[in-house]
Amino acid sequence: MADIAIKISGLGKQYTIGAREERYDTLRDRIAAAAARPFRRFAPGGLGATTTIWALKDVTHEIRRGEVVGVIGGNGAGKSTLLKILSRITTPTEGEAEIHGRVGSLLEVGTGFHPDLTGRENIFLNGAILGMRKAEIERKFDEIVQFAEIEEFIETPVKHYSSGMYVRLGFAVAAHMEPEILIVDEVLAVGDVHFQRKCLGKLDDVARSGRTVLFVSHNMAAVQRLCTSAMLLQHGKLIRVGDARSTVAAYLGGEARGGFLAAARTGEPQILSADLEDLTGRPVENPACTDAIVCRIRFTLPDRSPGTRIGIGVLSCDGITLFTTSNADAGFPCPSGPGDFDACVTIPPNTLLAGDFHLALCLWNQGAILDLQEPALSFSVATGDSPLYAERATRKGFVHIDCAWSVTPRVEAPAGMVSSR
Amino acid sequence: MSARPSTMPVTHIRPGARAVSFTLDEVWQARELLYFLVWRDVKVRYKQTALGIGWSVLQPFLAMVVFTIFFGRLAKLPSDGVPYPLFSLAALVPWTYFSTAAANGSSSLVGNQHLIAKVYFPRVLVPLAAVLMPVVDLVVSFGMLIVLMAWYDVAPTPAMLALPLYVALGVLTAFAVTLWTSALSVRYRDARYVLPFVIQIWLFVSPVAYPASMVPERWRLLYALNPMAAVVEGFRSSLLGTPGPGAMAAVAVAVIAAALVTGTAYFRSVEGSIVDLA
Repeated sequence: MADIAIKISGLGKQYTIGAREERYDTLRDRIAAAAARPFRRFAPGGLGATTTIWALKDVTHEIRRGEVVGVIGGNGAGKSTLLKILSRITTPTEGEAEIHGRVGSLLEVGTGFHPDLTGRENIFLNGAILGMRKAEIERKFDEIVQFAEIEEFIETPVKHYSSGMYVRLGFAVAAHMEPEILIVDEVLAVGDVHFQRKCLGKLDDVARSGRTVLFVSHNMAAVQRLCTSAMLLQHGKLIRVGDARSTVAAYLGGEARGGFLAAARTGEPQILSADLEDLTGRPVENPACTDAIVCRIRFTLPDRSPGTRIGIGVLSCDGITLFTTSNADAGFPCPSGPGDFDACVTIPPNTLLAGDFHLALCLWNQGAILDLQEPALSFSVATGDSPLYAERATRKGFVHIDCAWSVTPRVEAPAGMVSSR
Repeated sequence: MSARPSTMPVTHIRPGARAVSFTLDEVWQARELLYFLVWRDVKVRYKQTALGIGWSVLQPFLAMVVFTIFFGRLAKLPSDGVPYPLFSLAALVPWTYFSTAAANGSSSLVGNQHLIAKVYFPRVLVPLAAVLMPVVDLVVSFGMLIVLMAWYDVAPTPAMLALPLYVALGVLTAFAVTLWTSALSVRYRDARYVLPFVIQIWLFVSPVAYPASMVPERWRLLYALNPMAAVVEGFRSSLLGTPGPGAMAAVAVAVIAAALVTGTAYFRSVEGSIVDLA
């Protein structure tokens, strides 16, 4: 059954940047210019200068009923714009889309929650906003409360909820929508691990129930697990469509290079560049297993910001985070700035096994992400003359952890042969 | 899980603001959401206030006291043979509704930006809910009006049956104003500063403190271009037996209809770009 759920043809969305402060003399001019009003998050360019930017351009794709499609790409690739157009929140500048079936979109958890209303009242309000009927909400009410694990607080105004409870309730309502097409934007990045797992499980159910799902995420492991296919966007263009695994690999491989260099200084706290070196400070691209890998990260803090942390994440070739480490692990604080700084992190020799890896870089302060580059750069680790490969040329896994071993004959057991693997 | 319906609704997404403009059918489909939006605003309205719902009585009541002292006693404005306090309160009740609804409705789109940016629903529900919410205040303050009528021994007559009509006209007037102002204020935040001033002037070109009969006959139709004149006069006449709006009502209906049609057209033309503008 190959019937189409979403048909996108030549979809494009243009925003005007840089004309925000311009003054218009007549209402007519204003109305004409209003149509091309910039999007809030784009900072104004040169004074009075008008530049247009295509947040999305020439996107054409057909999504079949029952497909679970991951939408991936870097920051500013157009993922959210695509979802906003398909959710009818904003209109495209060109092209069109045809959607067969009721659409439920979950671009934010707890949309329209009112802090002064109780959990019970917000379930009804939020459900209605998401397009559920009153009878439908009443029917699923107990299930929602149970899923959110907030039974005893159901009559408490949500302003007294912890952020975790708030998010759980928001997701619980949304999870009980039953549209034919579900559009989900990066909502799993919230909540604790237990709840994230529960959310993924729920999305899994939705996907299995034959509904069509469009899922934006930076969590490559989740995309590969949940999605049957993926769309890779880059600078507003759809550059690759295919099965989830290969598309994720293409994204991670294509996006990243041997080194990282920020496009421009933004005036915000920012990671400027990152390179791999050996212990003598010489740049390396393909270190061997036996080499220590030094990652040198240059970052800037334009203002004094004590408590800032710099960290890296090492990702496997298919995007699973293997481990993360930050300056806090080493037990010393970052300089509080302002200024430019060099951070060096050394991955000890014989840690990464041979294979392809990606490096994510993150700058954050008190839980707020200041800059996240994922993946920032990629590299391959070669076998070299590592004793790890003395016995066989390949090993399973991604990292090597030095473990202690002992093999001794069992005392009670009759003497026999005990051999190591 | 759920059985797939045999007929799938098909949504077309096209460029241009008009592509997402609302239809009456869509609004009807979303009537439950409208209900919840009104319900939310009613619930939240007087949370954490000491007087609570008392505010909806206090506002017209205090205005009545001031009007009675200055316009009734000192300026000795005529009141169509009705005690002045009753005369002014019967006008202040619908007027307070209108000014609250217009102010509420005008800021509604901007005030609900976070909602509009994250989920699709017919945008027109937002100003519509904003003008329906103060109807609750209207009902409460109407109770006070009935008490005052009893105080002055004024019995309701069958003319009272026309009351819902004038209330409906008042709601439609507020809605027509709101369609324009809410959509305009998305782009021009100036509306926030202009509107309170306009409402203030509007009070004095409406027969709240004085009867419409004070306006010379030949200017009466021009005067009737303000639909609130007919609403206020009509509301008062159906309760107190003062002279009704007469031909003014017909003019008002025509003006309201025109304002609704143009307001809807304007609203629809900016509806699709609200998210990009706000």
